[in-house]
Amino acid sequence: MRNKDELYLNKIDWLTVGIYVCLVIFGWFNIYAAVYDEQFPKSIFDLSINSGQQLIRIGAAFIIILLIMVADYRVFDNLAWILYIVFLVLLIITPFIGKEVNGQILSIGVGSFRIQPSEFAKFTTALALAKYMERPSFDLSQIKHQFQAVIIIMIPVILIMLQPDTGTAMVYFAFFIMLYREGMPQYYYALGLALVAVSLLALGIENNLYLVIGVFAVIGLLILMGKKRLGRILTLLGIGVLAVVYIYSLDYVVSKLPEHQQNRIMVLFNPDLDPLGVGWNVTQSKIAIGSGGFWGKGYLEGTQTKFDFVPEQHTDFIFCTLGEEFGWVGSTVVIILFCTLLIRLIYLAERQKNRFSRIYGYCVVSILLFHVMINISMTIGLFPVVGIPLPFFSYGGSSLWSFTILLFIFIKLDSHRIQLLGRMN
Amino acid sequence: MNDQRPIILSIVVVLVGLIIVIRLFSIQVMDDSFLKRAERNAIQRVVDHPYRGLVYDRTGKIMVYNNPIFDLMVIPREFNVKDTTRFCEIFQISKEQLIENYTAARKYSSVKPSPLVKQISTTDFARIQDYLIDYPGLFVMTRSVRSYPQPSAANALGYIGEISATQLERDTVRYYRQGDYVGLSGIEGFYEKTLRGVKGVKYKMVNVRGVDKGPFKSGEYDTASVAGNNITSTIDLALQEYGELLMAGKRGSVVAIEPKTGEILAMISAPTYDPNVLTGAKFGANYMLLNRDESKPLFNRPIMAMYPPGSIFKVVQSLIGLQMGVLTPNTTLSCNRSLVACHNHPNPVNLFGAIKYSCNPYYHQAYRMMINREVSKNTFKDTEIGLNEWREKVLKFGLGGPLGIDLYNEKGGDIPSSKLYDRVYGPNRWKYSTIYSLSIGQGEMLVTPLQMANLAAVFANKGYYYTPHLIKAIDGDPKKIDIKYRTKIDVGVDAHHFDMVQDAMAEAIYGTAARAAIKDIAVAGKTGTAQNPQGEDHSVFVAFAPKEDPKIAIAVYVENAGWGGRAAASTASLMIEKYIRGYITREALEEYVLIGKFM
Repeated sequence: MRNKDELYLNKIDWLTVGIYVCLVIFGWFNIYAAVYDEQFPKSIFDLSINSGQQLIRIGAAFIIILLIMVADYRVFDNLAWILYIVFLVLLIITPFIGKEVNGQILSIGVGSFRIQPSEFAKFTTALALAKYMERPSFDLSQIKHQFQAVIIIMIPVILIMLQPDTGTAMVYFAFFIMLYREGMPQYYYALGLALVAVSLLALGIENNLYLVIGVFAVIGLLILMGKKRLGRILTLLGIGVLAVVYIYSLDYVVSKLPEHQQNRIMVLFNPDLDPLGVGWNVTQSKIAIGSGGFWGKGYLEGTQTKFDFVPEQHTDFIFCTLGEEFGWVGSTVVIILFCTLLIRLIYLAERQKNRFSRIYGYCVVSILLFHVMINISMTIGLFPVVGIPLPFFSYGGSSLWSFTILLFIFIKLDSHRIQLLGRMN
Repeated sequence: MNDQRPIILSIVVVLVGLIIVIRLFSIQVMDDSFLKRAERNAIQRVVDHPYRGLVYDRTGKIMVYNNPIFDLMVIPREFNVKDTTRFCEIFQISKEQLIENYTAARKYSSVKPSPLVKQISTTDFARIQDYLIDYPGLFVMTRSVRSYPQPSAANALGYIGEISATQLERDTVRYYRQGDYVGLSGIEGFYEKTLRGVKGVKYKMVNVRGVDKGPFKSGEYDTASVAGNNITSTIDLALQEYGELLMAGKRGSVVAIEPKTGEILAMISAPTYDPNVLTGAKFGANYMLLNRDESKPLFNRPIMAMYPPGSIFKVVQSLIGLQMGVLTPNTTLSCNRSLVACHNHPNPVNLFGAIKYSCNPYYHQAYRMMINREVSKNTFKDTEIGLNEWREKVLKFGLGGPLGIDLYNEKGGDIPSSKLYDRVYGPNRWKYSTIYSLSIGQGEMLVTPLQMANLAAVFANKGYYYTPHLIKAIDGDPKKIDIKYRTKIDVGVDAHHFDMVQDAMAEAIYGTAARAAIKDIAVAGKTGTAQNPQGEDHSVFVAFAPKEDPKIAIAVYVENAGWGGRAAASTASLMIEKYIRGYITREALEEYVLIGKFM
């Protein structure tokens, strides 16, 4: 028995667990820094401040980890659909029984114990996708199967959009990273990237005529370089025409967006536009991070984050505290930790012997990459401000627990990869 | 095909990481503008104003001190009043004013303090202190204003006021900020750098709403303010006050100097004003009133008013004549009234008699001997050479230019040179008959009361003076005052020539200024009359006493009071007695001066 336990512990990927622990502890220290008040200093363990409460949540996360690790590894496979549907139901009822905060109804629960179903729906969607796609017959080169996978993703997206929580809904597009690994045709991504590029240019360039000329120049080049078949030429030209329509309709579409979203886009292109108004968050966030310098101002020495110049600094803007107090060195260490974690997870996903685990693993990679990339980019003015948390760092139970569950289900699956292989056979 | 995709995804992960790290490097390490913006954001520089130096008189009595006053400040967000009427009663503010100030404060900031009731006196503060607890969002900020226990020596002390735009521009070291107070005249102005002290700076942190969040880095970068240096003035406050009493209701100047040191014992400019009116909130309004007053109380007559020296200049002429060898004590000249008018006295007179009786024709002739010495055959040229050489000798007495007192805006008076007459009459077109009125201190010659008092000091010292000055010590140390005020200046006339002149001045008291005589105190003096084309002549008197060991030299000008023997001599005499004895034995004379009917 004892021998068997040791063997099991050896199967756990301790590197991933180690990075997780580092990030959570470092995140906890940063939450304390974000809410620290020099005039009325309180202990990091003080339950009346966020760091104390976060410690309880970290403790709860530890219990969740234990539960996942002692559970039967088959339970996630077997419960995938049930969990998916349970959380869809929770998403549907949230607006009716939830509590309103800032015009959004995101969380449900009793008293101070609240959870945000949209956070947890990430891992249930990941499980559902893995379950659905593990069938040997499933083939992403078929439009039918592509459509089915997208449906599984889109159902929670639509429900979350209704809450409305655009930021969290956006995260579900991260699953396209997993779909890429599983064989989704590359041209979708080429088109997607082209769409993003054209959108950015259309919003950033004053005169759209230059952009139209540019689009047709690229299309002309593609026609000349590839095989000169009529169908291909016509398709490319058709795409060009659609692009032009898109470019000229974009301004109209943007003008129909809610004003705060329009402003976020405007600020991205012109950060100094109205620095006290819509540009405030980004400007202050950049000032806080930028003022950190190479080594940072020192732990608890940050002024910008301490004195509320940066809004929501313990949640979505927690990276500001890090950047200000630990400087470039500290920020880089954290980014290296995240990158190492992601590459390790890709490695782990690739060593899975069954599709379910691999697909689930890639879902974890996708969601983490998307969160880290978007969250940090928005704090340094590379992306419009979108309210999504920084994994393991941001304050809040739902965020920490959902990422913990997401990650540790995969660690659990990975530790049983040999057994899972046997089962699949 | 899918074998490449994990690698591509890994590369994407690394690329995303790299882009973020590079971007961070550019804003955190390459660009230091964010650091500056952060400091502007969160660190507020608060100037700690130093305590301005005090001014004492020569006997150690305080002349200028700092009086605390209180501003009642309000933080609008925390402020809440239920019974406005009661509030207005307690804090002595009208309802309208309260509403106006509160609205302004609200508009400025709801979390930063603004003044609600300004300039509460110490006594009012003591009264309202107990009520403060009932009103949240109120606190008291202490400031100080200059105060004067005796409303005396206003023009000598000067005043402080808010710094002007031009002064700010001239302040190249950037010590001052808009709204700072600065000495604008008198000792306050001249010794601004001594009195002002050194400003301190406190860095405090503020949050996004401007709320104070305590000192930055526990005050590591803060500097404490250093209080200004205290100044001991040369003024004798008792003498100054007595002089102001004597000059009340009159226009003119009194300057008393300690001859051995050049220290100014009293400097009275009449009419004067209470220096307390130019402090605090009433400064602007009161300044306008004083400035518009046609008796010009802000005009510092002792250093700014210019009059012809009149007969007193005859003493200088005598000394120059003696030094030149043109005159000897035995030089006897007739009182030829066809040259210039005179008054009844024995005729002819020697030099002693000429000083004693102030004989005009004597100086007419003596001056001609000094000017026309036949250096040139051409009488025009000869006069020019003579005038210029003579002028040099006169300037040495501290006339014809500012003496360099430690006050700004000192006027220099005027001793005309050949250039003036060349300009008026043309070169070689004027001769002695043109300039002869200079011989008796009239004509184009102008002096200030300060210069006259200094002249009296020269007579007392037998040929030297110290530049008159108003401060005796800085922080109790007399060596800290400018070396200039501790340097003896020789007037170029040998001391022995003064013996006879001093005797004659002592005698003259009994001739022309009997009122100036004091029992048991030998006063040497000379009356004068400064001609005033606009009206009655100005009464002038200079004197020093006691003759054997002079302790005070004095010049008195009383405008439009006629002959020097009455108003000026009486005033000077009382001042001398007051200084030397400390009390007055001649109540009748005092009354005569106080009533002021001299004509």
